Amino acid sequence: MAYDLERYESFGVERYRDESPFKIHGGCGLAGICDESGTLMSGEVAIQAMAVQRDRGNGLGGGFAGYGIYPEFSELFAFHMMYHDTAAKEAAEAALSESFTIEVAEPMPTRPVKGIVDAPLLWRYFLAPHPHLLEERELSAEDYVVQVVMNINSRVDGAFVASSGKNMGAFKGVGFPEEIGHYFRLEEYAGHTWVAHNRFPTNTPGWWGGAHPFTLLDWSIVHNGEISSYGINARYLEQFGYTCSLGTDTEVAAYLFDLLLRRHKLPIELACKALAAPLWSEIDRMPAAERALMTSLRAVYGPGMLNGPFAIVLGFNGGMVALNDRIKLRPLVAARSGTTVMVASEEAAIREVMSAPDHVWAPKAGEPVIARVEGMEWPIHGELHLGPAEISCAVTGTEYSCEPVEVAV
Amino acid sequence: MMRAATTAPPSGVAEGYRREAPPVTRDGEIAVIDATGVYYQQLNDAVRDAIAAGATTVRITGMNGQRYLGAGLRATGVTIEAHGCAGNDTAMFADGPGIEVFGNAQDGVGNTMSSGRVVVHGDAGDVLGYGMRGGHVLVKGDVGYRVGIHMKAYEKHVPVVVCGGKARDFFGEYMAGGILVLLGVNTQFPEQPLVGGFTGAGMHGGVIYLRGTIEPWQCGAEVGITEATGEDLSALRPHIEEWATAFGADADEIMAGSFTKLAPMSHRPYGKLYASI
Repeated sequence: MAYDLERYESFGVERYRDESPFKIHGGCGLAGICDESGTLMSGEVAIQAMAVQRDRGNGLGGGFAGYGIYPEFSELFAFHMMYHDTAAKEAAEAALSESFTIEVAEPMPTRPVKGIVDAPLLWRYFLAPHPHLLEERELSAEDYVVQVVMNINSRVDGAFVASSGKNMGAFKGVGFPEEIGHYFRLEEYAGHTWVAHNRFPTNTPGWWGGAHPFTLLDWSIVHNGEISSYGINARYLEQFGYTCSLGTDTEVAAYLFDLLLRRHKLPIELACKALAAPLWSEIDRMPAAERALMTSLRAVYGPGMLNGPFAIVLGFNGGMVALNDRIKLRPLVAARSGTTVMVASEEAAIREVMSAPDHVWAPKAGEPVIARVEGMEWPIHGELHLGPAEISCAVTGTEYSCEPVEVAV
Repeated sequence: MMRAATTAPPSGVAEGYRREAPPVTRDGEIAVIDATGVYYQQLNDAVRDAIAAGATTVRITGMNGQRYLGAGLRATGVTIEAHGCAGNDTAMFADGPGIEVFGNAQDGVGNTMSSGRVVVHGDAGDVLGYGMRGGHVLVKGDVGYRVGIHMKAYEKHVPVVVCGGKARDFFGEYMAGGILVLLGVNTQFPEQPLVGGFTGAGMHGGVIYLRGTIEPWQCGAEVGITEATGEDLSALRPHIEEWATAFGADADEIMAGSFTKLAPMSHRPYGKLYASI
């Protein structure tokens, strides 16, 4: 369209009224809320937080993950599945029944919502791994589930695993988040922790599987930003058996957290430093021991580092962690109200659900905001401090036999 | 703790802002707008209509995150009061109005603002004063990253930003003109440094005053760090007084602290990079 320069001479009421309906704001939006007392909240709380951040997306992706939502099946792996057609469903169900005892198989409860069209077939399953297969393959139930998820996502045409953890589930698709939440009847679920996302796709198409959160086992990730290191991250993850097949950069963050936290057993703050590494100029100014640790971390996890702008929230059974890139290229605000911790792209989302927060603050770049549900098993290992030798041991895969070694620093 | 949705569709599931005109009441020269749950376009329309109808004070209640408050508004002698949390790009391109936020402000306050005055009775987010070319922004508390990025000045158009708390990295990055002040007297981060790293990185105009000190590593290579002189303090005082008056503080007490001045060592730091002249 050619600009009519005369009309653009003043930024008057008329121009404002003509143009403003066509503004596409963009930027992605996210929220995470966790009641550290373990009190359950309706999924509607997460919808409310996203509805005021509607302008951050463009209707091409919305999604949620809730924790504590399936107490009656808390020992079973809950698989939320997306199928393009019945053939995909049959193929994926064959793969599932080979690997698991299927305790429950049912369509996801949904309701018609204006704006939500072309939904795939949405099913959920509550599954128990066949014990003899775990023994045969010498795998933990978790590693076994990871293999099945990777296998279905990369090899079963038209079938995708939306989530695969225990007592949790992801609800995502193409639409604005409040529409997606309404579609999946989220107000009927109650969870102690919710993460939520509003998508403005920039580099990859908006499709149901590409909406956030991205999940694996209990981990779910929502992300605002761009992971420019996607290529090297995806190649690095392949060495550990993770296959990226969903076509959105955020997928690598979900698998990296599984690798660092569950398999390499890094404490959360170190894992965050591996992904949002301090700048070398900062490392140079650190005390000797910390400098040695951070140098090791950057050396060992160089290919795992997330480059580019990001704000992410990681949800899991036991709490949530929110993290920014190291120079805060995406917004993130945090708050606490009593036992509830909340993070969001905009403070308005927090104030929409917390009428009078005790404390609202802007987290520092690269430093995680952590919420931990009281009385729940904390799935993350260790305290903050882990020596460079211990990290190296973890990474070379000898975590079971490796003795921590004192290193000269 | 959880607030009920302001409007509920039949299922009871929450929706976002409503695209409908907010209720407005008029009391002499004061217009009161209830912005609760109203979309920013209809809110800004109501603000402009109230000013066009002769209101000199527009009081907005129930503000929560609506963007672009007063954006592009060319009006003098009017004050917009926002009670609640001001959304992104408050006062963006504003040319003349006073905007006072009784609460925190999100990112981008005063983005490319031309003139007028913004007062935030709380904290403000990232990229405050981005490309600002005139007017004053006063913040009571802390500010985020990239505050005062690429502020500029021309002749009598000199933007001024005074922040009462602390700031993060990239304070005054690429600064080309104007006055950027950081006091550190009203902060929720008492244990943290006054300002982060990369302060004044790429700075080639304007001046930054810090109430306190800064390490050379925290500054960009283009920045000269000196103790503020008597002449500097005389230039600074009216801005401190303006801030102190806005927030009920004691200007003398603030001026009693020691100030550091950051100014570019060259107006053309890269003038010889590509061509030797």
